[in-house]
Amino acid sequence: MKFLLRRVGFYLFTAWAAITLNFFIPRMLPGDPVQSLINKYQGRLSTDAINSLRVLFGLNTHTTLWQDYLTYWSNLFHGDFGISFTYFPTPVADVIAQSLPWTLMLVGISTIIGFVLGTLAGVGLGWRRGTWMDGLLPVANFFSAIPYFWLGLIAIAIFGVAIPLFPASGGYDAGLIPSFSGDFIGSAIYHAALPALTIVVSSVAGWILSMRNMMVTVSSEDYVTVAQAKGLPERRVMFGYAARNAVLPSISGFALSLGFIVGGTLVTEMVFSYPGIGYVLFQAIGSKDYPLMQGVFLIITLSVLVANMAADFVYAFLDPRTRQEG
Amino acid sequence: MSIQADPVAVDPTVVVSSGVQLNKRGRRARLGIFRNTKALVGVVILAFFLLIAIIGPWIAPYDPSKVTPEALLPPSGAHWLGTTGTGQDILSQLIVGTQGVMVVGLIAGILATVISVIVGVISGFLGGTGDEVLSLISNIFLVIPALPLIIIIAGLLPAAGGMTIALVIALTGWAWGARVLRAQTLSLRKRDFVEAARANGEPLWRIVFFEIMPNLTAIIASGFIGTVIFAILSEVTLAFIGVTSISTWNWGTVLFWAQSSQALVQGAWWWFVPAGLCIAAVGTSLTLINFGIDEFVNPRLRNTAASAGILRKKKIRARIGFTPIYRGEEKEGVA
Repeated sequence: MKFLLRRVGFYLFTAWAAITLNFFIPRMLPGDPVQSLINKYQGRLSTDAINSLRVLFGLNTHTTLWQDYLTYWSNLFHGDFGISFTYFPTPVADVIAQSLPWTLMLVGISTIIGFVLGTLAGVGLGWRRGTWMDGLLPVANFFSAIPYFWLGLIAIAIFGVAIPLFPASGGYDAGLIPSFSGDFIGSAIYHAALPALTIVVSSVAGWILSMRNMMVTVSSEDYVTVAQAKGLPERRVMFGYAARNAVLPSISGFALSLGFIVGGTLVTEMVFSYPGIGYVLFQAIGSKDYPLMQGVFLIITLSVLVANMAADFVYAFLDPRTRQEG
Repeated sequence: MSIQADPVAVDPTVVVSSGVQLNKRGRRARLGIFRNTKALVGVVILAFFLLIAIIGPWIAPYDPSKVTPEALLPPSGAHWLGTTGTGQDILSQLIVGTQGVMVVGLIAGILATVISVIVGVISGFLGGTGDEVLSLISNIFLVIPALPLIIIIAGLLPAAGGMTIALVIALTGWAWGARVLRAQTLSLRKRDFVEAARANGEPLWRIVFFEIMPNLTAIIASGFIGTVIFAILSEVTLAFIGVTSISTWNWGTVLFWAQSSQALVQGAWWWFVPAGLCIAAVGTSLTLINFGIDEFVNPRLRNTAASAGILRKKKIRARIGFTPIYRGEEKEGVA
């Protein structure tokens, strides 16, 4: 329990640090992007929007930094991330609320599939080391070095253009209205197939490699030898004794590499014009939509923190030692 | 290859067991890395790209930015990798772009490694409050997703050139190395040879640089290589999504133009396939070098790293659960 409380405390602190970082970054960097934006959108920005921009970027000359910081926090608690330029005059919070579910479904499901598949394959490869299966390692190695977005491009070129099996962009049929009908869900799954495949293929290799190495290390432990000597069935030794212990570092690694994977999946969304948060970020970059960029960064960071916390809890549940040490 | 049971090599936790063995093992380390086939392949591929990076501007057959009427030609004798939608030579773009990729990767890698060594070693060596604060900072940087952070910083900067990007990547990518180094320093701090040095009255800087640091070489090296991979991938990704300047060439810029000019729909595979293969080749070469280092540090991996064929030839079978055992030529191998 004490362990969990400490972790929660750590994540709260990290969330505070990320939000504060988000507040200070535009103030520390040179240049004055906002003034140029206000000029560009002359007459189209309401006074409200300009005021929230000033708070966001510290253009208010007659308030102190500290006052700005407090206003920033109070805005955040009211769900006010400013007004988006790209989707003017929609508030950033609304844009994010619309796109977040898409990302959570796509990235969440495909990351977990990738992790489970990769870990299982790693167990097999680690157990049967020294056989022909080791020949798969260089392949996994190659795939782990490929950027997500390039694999996405290749997937589109092959399965979207050359053999048009799957739609190459979008999240659902343009003719459908988002709802919980069978048609819409079917279309959404159909459109998600290619990006999901890309994410699974590019993330699976990393898990295979780390799990395989842990299996190799764990399977020469004494307790595995004893289990083997007792004449337990091979499956039981493999999963119940070796894999069970080897998976622990993989789970804590899952938590730590989540930030990296999420970065890659965001770019995958950009390639597929998938209506998730990554594509929103892409459009925000294209039109220099700073409030939207910052809002997206905050939401991504907070989601990663929540996912990390979940992984920590799973870890504490699986490994009694963490609970004892407190 | 030390497949025979080597008393030192059996224990994976021992990076270097004592100060006396240090020099001997240190020399073996340098040779050992290059004797490893994987690492050797990695070094050769990397050396090739580094060479291109240096001589690239002179050997590129065309000016990479020159617009010609020969648009969207497939690979031919005149244009080995074809041309872009505006008639630029793709091979020249890749060759000239290698420099940008390598320079940013190396600079970011060096900077991040320096930060991680400073933070990790100090935090592992000091202990106490200083350690807690430093670990807290590196853990925060570890969980905050780096790429989105890099994107918003680079996006806010008016003109983000190569150096700026390298700096931003280094500032966001040092945490992993710091964490690993801290753990290793913690375990070294109480070893006998460090205690002995302290008892001899060696100054702190000497203990850190001459007793602790040599034992961290492998970890620092693998951390450096890991950061370079991260930096190259980040840089190429940033260029691809158009955050950084699109006027200088790197592999990401090539892909940016391919994507924005609808190369996919037009079936111009020669426009986007080679750049990705280059990225993958550099990434793979660095990973291979890192494997070499890993296998050197962890002998259990080294034993099994020998390919199945070599093991079979030597009559060694990696039986389930057991470390492979060498039983000499006369026996049938392990039952």
